[in-house]
Amino acid sequence: MYWELELILFIFLLITAYIALEANDLLIAVVMLTAFSFLMALLFTTMGAVDVGFTEAVVGAGVTGILLIVAIYQTTYKTED
Amino acid sequence: MTNKEQSPIILLGSRFLSPYIMVFGFYVIFHGHYSPGGGFQGGTLLAASLLLIRIASGTEIASLQFKDYLATPYAALGVLIYFGTGLTAIFTGGYFLDYEQLPIPGLEAADLRYWGILIVELGIGLTVMTVLVLIYDNMVKGEDYA
Repeated sequence: MYWELELILFIFLLITAYIALEANDLLIAVVMLTAFSFLMALLFTTMGAVDVGFTEAVVGAGVTGILLIVAIYQTTYKTED
Repeated sequence: MTNKEQSPIILLGSRFLSPYIMVFGFYVIFHGHYSPGGGFQGGTLLAASLLLIRIASGTEIASLQFKDYLATPYAALGVLIYFGTGLTAIFTGGYFLDYEQLPIPGLEAADLRYWGILIVELGIGLTVMTVLVLIYDNMVKGEDYA
């Protein structure tokens, strides 16, 4: 039904996942993971699971980003590999 | 969180945004019976509005909004609300969380289910909010870290 929208969302999902894996600056990885969670929430909503999408948007794109940023402040910004 | 120079734009922006997130969290909790959402999502939204102030302005200003030593008692209070509702239904002759057996006078079975779910979700929201704030405070403080 919404296959064009879902195709665009899947392409952006792959892009954000690839950037989050390949980034050397961990802050970029955290922001890309947050964008990944938001796109996942939109995909869940297009599949009709509004409750799951709402939970994903609130937890994955909201609180997890804050906690990961705190973890970065406690440790280091850059990865060695 | 850190002691670098404060940015007034970030502080004012988060102070503008935080009450609206909090109102939306209360909306999600109080409409949890007949729309998507409920105690967990609403509590997480309330925690997000508290953590926004905490991450933008530091611990001193954020303790004016929600003091960190209140987090553990409120979490225990939320768990007590949840299990108190469930065990009250057991003691009055039903099953655990059997809302129709709650001893509230003058209500029909449908109204009893309505109020029972609302009370339970208030407990869940309180616990989720305070435990997420507790996790943030302990990560910033670094008690197990030094």
